[in-house]
Amino acid sequence: MSPFELVVQQLINGLSLGAIYALIALGYTMVYGIIELINFAHGDVFMVGSFVALLIAGGLGVTGTVSGPMVAVVMFVILVGSMLATGLLGMLIERAAYRPLRHAPRLAPLITAIGVSFILQNVVQLRAGPSPVSFPDVMPNPVILAGNVIISAKQLMIIFVSIAMMAGLQWFVLKTRLGRAMRATAQDRQAASLMGININSTIALTFFIGSALAGAGGFVFGVYYNSVWFINGYIAGLKAFTAAVLGGIGNIAGAMIGGVLIGLLEALSAQYVSERYVDAIVFAILILVLVFRPSGLLGQHLPESAG
Amino acid sequence: MSEPAAVAKATMFPRFGSDLKSKALLGAVIVLAILYPILDSNASHVSSAADAGVFVLLALGLNIVVGYAGLLDLGYAAFFAIGSYAYGFLASPRFGIHLAFWLMLPIAGIIAAIFGIILGAPTLRLRGDYLAIVTLGFGEIVPVIFLNADKYTNGPNGINALDPPVVGSYNFGHNPLPYYFVVLFLIALIVIIIRRLRDSPLGRAWMAIREDEVAAAAMGIDTVKTKLFAFAIGASFSGIGGVVYSSKLGLVTPDNFRFSTSAFILSMVVLGGMGNIPGVILGAVILFELQSLILTQMTIWSHQLGAFTHIGFLDQLDFVNLKFLLYGLALVLMMLFRPEGLLPSARRRMELHATPEVAASESQELYDVSTEAQSA
Amino acid sequence: MSALLEAKQIVKQFGGLRAVNDVSLTIEHGQVFGLIGPNGAGKTTFFNVITGLFPPTSGELLFDGRSIIGLKPHQIVDRGIARTFQNIRLFANMSALENVLVGQHVRLRFNPVEAVLKLPAFVHQEQRAAERALDLLSLVGLRGKADELARNLPYGDQRRLEIARALATDPKMLLLDEPTAGMNPQESRELTDFIRHLRHELDLTVLLIEHDMKVVMGVSDVVAVLDYGEKIAEGPPAAIQSNERVIEAYLGRGIEGLMLEDETPGAA
Repeated sequence: MSPFELVVQQLINGLSLGAIYALIALGYTMVYGIIELINFAHGDVFMVGSFVALLIAGGLGVTGTVSGPMVAVVMFVILVGSMLATGLLGMLIERAAYRPLRHAPRLAPLITAIGVSFILQNVVQLRAGPSPVSFPDVMPNPVILAGNVIISAKQLMIIFVSIAMMAGLQWFVLKTRLGRAMRATAQDRQAASLMGININSTIALTFFIGSALAGAGGFVFGVYYNSVWFINGYIAGLKAFTAAVLGGIGNIAGAMIGGVLIGLLEALSAQYVSERYVDAIVFAILILVLVFRPSGLLGQHLPESAG
Repeated sequence: MSEPAAVAKATMFPRFGSDLKSKALLGAVIVLAILYPILDSNASHVSSAADAGVFVLLALGLNIVVGYAGLLDLGYAAFFAIGSYAYGFLASPRFGIHLAFWLMLPIAGIIAAIFGIILGAPTLRLRGDYLAIVTLGFGEIVPVIFLNADKYTNGPNGINALDPPVVGSYNFGHNPLPYYFVVLFLIALIVIIIRRLRDSPLGRAWMAIREDEVAAAAMGIDTVKTKLFAFAIGASFSGIGGVVYSSKLGLVTPDNFRFSTSAFILSMVVLGGMGNIPGVILGAVILFELQSLILTQMTIWSHQLGAFTHIGFLDQLDFVNLKFLLYGLALVLMMLFRPEGLLPSARRRMELHATPEVAASESQELYDVSTEAQSA
Repeated sequence: MSALLEAKQIVKQFGGLRAVNDVSLTIEHGQVFGLIGPNGAGKTTFFNVITGLFPPTSGELLFDGRSIIGLKPHQIVDRGIARTFQNIRLFANMSALENVLVGQHVRLRFNPVEAVLKLPAFVHQEQRAAERALDLLSLVGLRGKADELARNLPYGDQRRLEIARALATDPKMLLLDEPTAGMNPQESRELTDFIRHLRHELDLTVLLIEHDMKVVMGVSDVVAVLDYGEKIAEGPPAAIQSNERVIEAYLGRGIEGLMLEDETPGAA
């Protein structure tokens, strides 16, 4: 492969990875936008989504590649199932661990979020074991060759699903009544409630959607990597959070752009710096953005210092 | 003591250990702690207790950062790593440097404090949740660096054959007993240091910042410097803990310093009571012994019960696997139901119970003119 | 008398909003200077600029001859400006005594080694600080409640505690933001006397925001009026009371109106 082709290949790999990060990052950014909480457990919701997808696949009797048009149906069912399950899980977590602390000092729900993260990881570990579990190779994966550069059907699927989700989200947030309620609550909670918006339901809905998107990410992850592991949520979650911050926390378009950027950064770092330092590089980006430009690329100005 | 000073002393908040009952309790605890290895001669128990003591040190250090200054540090284990590796570099065959254990204690403390300042200086002005994530990031980067800087750190295998501490001609070797006493001594020392700092302008500044940072700044407190102090001091205790831990283990690897360790220590502080010294010590001991002794013991009992009753699944139960579930539950349940911790400090107790005089004066609030309210 | 605070053409802009628009005023040593104006006129924002909470968008600010622009709040306290807050910001879970002790922070020398070793110098300083704190509490009539948590104190006491805490910083100039809000007439009168006492006994300069006209007009040497961020009048109280622009600014918006003669408590 020529150096140019290598770069293009990494860009394509990075784009797929970035799409997954973007799906997860959307959940972080939506929740932060509406209640200013870093939902530490969100990455683990993504991980649970991948396991739910595994369960549903098993339930449908899928053990290998599905051929023909059935593959789209099967994948659709798994996708929707995962999204529903994680959406509900997100709502449950909000109700049990965050809502009671809505008026507590800001550190309190952050601490419970960490606790929830541990609980989710451990429960999945107990059920699924400490090692990676293989995920059936559901979809056939023909590739397109452009010179030496490979684009696989799976990568196209990821990009397609992500774009569809994000477009759906944009439509929902901008065009529907509930979406407007979400935006209003994020901007000024008191005014929104005075306008008759049910704050609790709106927040619950936000969690549902954000978590469902993470679930979609989990499904996509399982299909792409053919393996799911209880520890996936933590690292992927941190990187997706970095993406959300990079794009501008609270900003939906920012989460999408941030996700893609982090994915590209990761792919390029793995190729040109070192596989081993990829994580450290992403975290360094996180620190640098928070220290020097906490509002991110597209973010609104958020107060940097306390008080 | 002049009369106003006596009054001043008397009106300060009651501290644990200031009245006879708690003095007696404290004395009993100290005596028990010193006699423990005699009461329980099982070497592995003593070893575990010494390790628990290290985590008590860590929890006390994190308590300053989280409990006093109100900063959520999610990367605290990084300083633990720095202290441990400092010992690995400077007291082992690795580079042929063999500084004494006793010298390494303050040296590691200073090194860790310096890193605390390096991390804190640009980041402490951030909001609480952002700061938490930044410290988390730092806490992830440090072990990765130690893991990958093979040339210095020997990568995943780490550095072994660390020098055991030596006093005169007595070499600690692999005997857990002297480590246990060293740890006890360090805990006592650190508790004294922390209490004296807490009862000083610095301690009040920490409290003020926790209460209302804007008002604290408006009263002349340099909030960044004050937070930095807490951060650096907390980091130094973590570094000191690292020296003790790695010298006792004889080995330092990148394994024990990830986020799970930071969160583990945080759980101790949350469980015990943020800002409360006896509480944090209790929380540390409980959680540490939980995972080192209690859970393993429960697993053994469960297997025995399973063998005895022929109930299959009991035989399979491994409670140690539930570790993180329990930490997670501790964090969630404590925050939801008992945020003041297992042992609420005297202050928090007062917060929750208004005294009778206060209740009376409140009812007369607006229209009673108190006779003292004269501008003399 | 020399000028203690000189504000020259202060502007503070937040995005599209000019909260303070070209305000200039000079406060002399030992003066009690009243700042009034309808709600939202920019008075508290002006305070916030002086105390360093945010820098002015433009303009000059000299305190005791030196510029204080760009200084952080704690540095400004060190220079000698202290304040109270419109919505009381005490340290709720600390005692009255501790609140006042925190106020002394900037005047206490802190050496961690001395503190940890409990050297005599440190112990002495702590004792003297506690004594001084008790004296300040006596000054505002709260000595008997030194141990009470600030949040358990009745409202009037909390206001007085805030003043004691601000005094603990040993300021040259004291900024009071609506100190009589929520007080009954008796308490307001007492506070007015207290402010006079502060100026007289402690040689303090006072800048005060107030809505209770009896208080402001009764205690101020000079009064400035802000409206929509601009200074529309300045002068001795009598002149301000009869100033048409001022009357229009208040009555035109129909909020509290000026209360010159009646006894109803100060409006919020």
